[in-house]
Parts: sequence; C-alpha cells; structure tokens
Amino acid sequence: MNAIGTEPYIILSMVLFLMGALGVLIRRNAILLFMSVELMLNSANLALVAFAREWGQVDGHVFVFFVMTVAAAEVAIGLALIVNIFRERQSINIDDLQQMRG
Amino acid sequence: MEFDLWAQLPSVLPEIGLTALAIVVLFADCYGSQATRRNVVYISAVSMALLALVPLIWLPDPALYENGALLWGGMVNYDPLAQIFKVMLLLGGAVTCVLAAGDKGVGDKGEFYLIVIVATLGGMMMSSASDLILVFVALETLSIPLYMLASFRRGDQRSAESGMKYFLYGAFASAIMLFGFSLLYGFTGTTNLAAIADSMNSLGDGLVAVMAALVMVVLGFGFKIGAVPFHFWTPDVYEGAPTPVTAFVSVSSKAASFALLLRFMTAVFPADLVIAGVVIQDFWINLLVVISIISMSLGNIVALRQTNIKRLLAYSSIAQAGYTLIGVAALQGENPDLAVASVSFYMFMYIFTNLLVFGGAILFIAKTDSEEISDLAGLNRRSPWLALFMTIGLLSLGGIPPTAGFFGKFFLFQAAVNANLVGLALIAVTNAIIALYYYLVVIKVMYVDVGPDDDVAIGIPRVYGWSLGITALVVILLGTIIVTPIYNWATLGAAGL
Repeated sequence: MNAIGTEPYIILSMVLFLMGALGVLIRRNAILLFMSVELMLNSANLALVAFAREWGQVDGHVFVFFVMTVAAAEVAIGLALIVNIFRERQSINIDDLQQMRG
Repeated sequence: MEFDLWAQLPSVLPEIGLTALAIVVLFADCYGSQATRRNVVYISAVSMALLALVPLIWLPDPALYENGALLWGGMVNYDPLAQIFKVMLLLGGAVTCVLAAGDKGVGDKGEFYLIVIVATLGGMMMSSASDLILVFVALETLSIPLYMLASFRRGDQRSAESGMKYFLYGAFASAIMLFGFSLLYGFTGTTNLAAIADSMNSLGDGLVAVMAALVMVVLGFGFKIGAVPFHFWTPDVYEGAPTPVTAFVSVSSKAASFALLLRFMTAVFPADLVIAGVVIQDFWINLLVVISIISMSLGNIVALRQTNIKRLLAYSSIAQAGYTLIGVAALQGENPDLAVASVSFYMFMYIFTNLLVFGGAILFIAKTDSEEISDLAGLNRRSPWLALFMTIGLLSLGGIPPTAGFFGKFFLFQAAVNANLVGLALIAVTNAIIALYYYLVVIKVMYVDVGPDDDVAIGIPRVYGWSLGITALVVILLGTIIVTPIYNWATLGAAGL
C-alpha cells in the first residue's frame, strides 16, 4: 500500500508552494494572484496529508479540513473585494492600485 | 482523563459570551426596529466592556496552569497571560465601537459592529490557543474580518484599494505561515505546541527543516505586527481604511499577535531546544533583534517626513512594533518573566494610547474632511478638549511621563538590560528621541500654528467626548497610580508560559 514513500509528496508540495509564491510575486492580475495564494494553501494541505499518512494519525487530516474551511471563507471575501475594486476602477491589475504613495 | 465541563468552562466563557453577543447584534440589526438599530453600537460596546470583567476578575486557579495542564483536549491554554490579553482585546473592541459610532458610512451600519466582535473573538482565541490547528483558525478568524473592515466604506476608492492590498498580502503571509506549520507537524507528528518542542528535542536532527519552519512562522508574525521587512502594507492600509478601522487594526491585531508570538516562541522553540549543536533560541532571538532594530529605525525615520496624520501614525506603529519586539527578544535572559510582563504592559498601555490618538483623529477627519497635519493648526482654539486628548496620546506614544508610555518603554528597556541586550536598549532610546520630534511637531501645530479656520469650533458629541476622556484618564492613570497593580498583574502572566 505504501508503494510511494512520503518524500515524493513533500517534494511535490514544495514545488507547488514555490510555484504559488512565484505566482504571487510575478502575476499582476488580482484573480491570478489570488489563485496562486490558494495554490500555496493547497500545497500545505498536501504536505499535511502526506505527513499524516507517514505518522499514521488523523491530526493532519483534521487540520486539512479546517484549512479548507478557512480557505473557502477567504475565497468568499477575496472575490467580493475583487468585485468591489473592479467597480471602482474597471481594472483588477494590482499595479493600478497606486492611489496612495509616500 | 475525565471530562469536567464545569472546570473547563471558565476558560472559554468570554468567547462564549462574545459569540452570543455576535448573534444578538446580527439579529438586532436585521430584524430590529429603527431605535434598536441605532442602539446596536451601545449594545456592542457595553457588552464587550462587561465581558472584559470576566477575565479581569476570574483569574484561573494556579493549580490549573502551573503544571502546564491544557483544557478542551489540549486546544486552550487557561493561564493569566491569555486572560490579560483577553481583557485588552475586549476593551479595545468596546472603545472602537464607540469611536466608530458617528462615522458616516461606517458606524451607521450595524454589520460593522458584528465584524468587530467576530474579529475580537478571533484575537481572543489567538491569545489562548495552544494547538497549531486552533492557532491557524484563530489567526484567520481575526484576519478575514479585518480585510472586510478595511474596505468597508462603499464607493471610496482608497478604502477599496486598502482592503485589496491588505487581503492579498495577508493571505500570502498566512499561506507561508501555514506551510511552516505543516513542516512542524510533519517533523514532530503532533499539533500541540508544547509537545512539538519535546518531540523535536528527542529527535535531535533535521536542522534545515526546523529553521525553515521557524523563518516561515516569524514571517507570518512579522506581517501581522507590521514589522520591517513585512511592513509594506501598513502605510497604505492605514491611510486608505476608514479611520475607526485603522484604529482597530493598529491595536487588536497587534496585541493578539504579540500574545501568540510570546506563547509560540516559548513553547515551540524553548531555550533548551538544541538541534545538531545549534541552540535554536539564539537563532530566533538574533532574528528578532535585527527585525526590531530595522523596524524602529525605518519606522521613525520615514515618519519624520509624513504630512498625512494617518500615514504618520502608520509609520509610528511600525516603530512601536519594533520597541515591543525588544521585549520578546528579552525572553533569552535569566528572567523571561520580566520580558513577558513588559510586553503585556506595553500592549496594554499601547491599546489605550493609540485608540486615544486615533479617536482624536477620527473626529477631526470627520468634521474637517482633511487628513493633513498642517490642517490641525489652531486645533487648540477650535476644540481645546480634542487638542488636549490628542496631546496626551501623542506624549504617551513618545514616552513622556506622567503618561503610560513612559513606563511602557521603561519596563521594556529594563527587560532588555536584564537580558544582556544593552546595545539594543541604547538603539531603542536613540530611536525614542527621534520619534519624540515628530510627535512634538504635531503638538506644536495644534497649539502654536495659526490656521485659516481658527475660529470655526469643532464640537464633540457627548458620548464620544466621555469615552475619549475616560481613555485619556486611563492613559494618565497607567502612568501614575495604577502602574504597580497592572504591572504585577502582567507579571502573573509569565507564570503559565
């Protein structure tokens, strides 16, 4: 059953995490930025589940359920904020968010 | 272990009360009559102030926390530290509600108070959390409402922009922190903060993974408290958010994060944790010392050239986070109790001080529609009380006796010197002198400068004036006669760590 060890999962989750982090730093569209953040959260979820299997516990799985719930709440708020900013600016490019400087 | 509900209940009583209050406020706002809806602000403020009495009076039995007993299946710490921060957060929330009451587009909407209550609930859970799962959930219960609050003013571009920025940076920081948590869990097989340290100690290797987790967690905390180099969101969010929200963000999120930072660092990375010959505590102490020094210096120097009062207070709050980190770094010494007490006392006085300054600013901005410091000219003649309250607050931020800020800084520096961080204390003193300059400039503008609207009086609504007055009184009392009892109470907080 444990034909695949824990390491490949962790390496995959780290790759996903880095992709998400780079996405946040490079992308300029608010929705893509937001998707990158979600990718980071899910990479942490993958790591948690893999670790839970390694330890033979349910703690990690429970953690993942809470993270998913929180991420859902975050999606609701985040999309509302994006709609809000689009109404004000007709743009969701975060480089346009420059009204305040100094 | 047998589950004894009545012994465990007091540890979450304020949270239960707050949840009930949130439901009451929600229904009162949805289905209540006009008169009820107008009174939502008083229902929220008075109930939160009354709930603050519960942790204030009902101190936990030392037998419960001295041997590290945890309640609710290891999720909740019931110790004086959590109680102290719960009192702070509840009082901060109550004052915020009153200060927001008159603000058009913010305080006249009932859901504002609901969101403030839920955010306070998250902060309270943070201050007592002792498990990674609860830490994460509590952190987000605090953060998500704050994103909403920052963009609360409809049809205001700056408010929308501020909420968006806060959300994107905040979600990014908590994702990084969560990955750090998953590493900690993967490495130790437990989510309980105290058990993590034991497990890491017995494993005794995996230095790189522990360091990576540590850096990720510090990054998350650094973001929440607004310390350099994770401060870039602070000025924009502070300037763009509605002013009552700025006041709330600057005190509640910071106090809850410092409570959690103290607990997290002492529990997960304690002094006796040595991995592959490296003392982990030395590493994070040095990290925090560096963050503290650059936060203080950068915050104060950039604040010097600000012309907008909210941006000035934003940079001042970055510097204040730097000062408070001194207390956390002082955990390294022989006397960690002093460090914990100094951080708790500093946050206690900071909440009242900052709410006082922001309270003055909220009224001024609402009446004159200007956020420029130069427009404060002649405030003494327009509203002597408002000028006096703001002066007390600014002097306290600057650390001048007889205000609370003096003792706040005094205890921090004392803790630093006790922990052999004399150099850090000296840098902090130098910084405090620089900071004094820009606080005094604002006071000078209010009292000496002559403005075009000098004869236009600014009226203070009665309830608003009284709450500002009481806050100012607390700031003065904390700097004079109630210093000793509050500091002794804060010292108790160290016992449970």
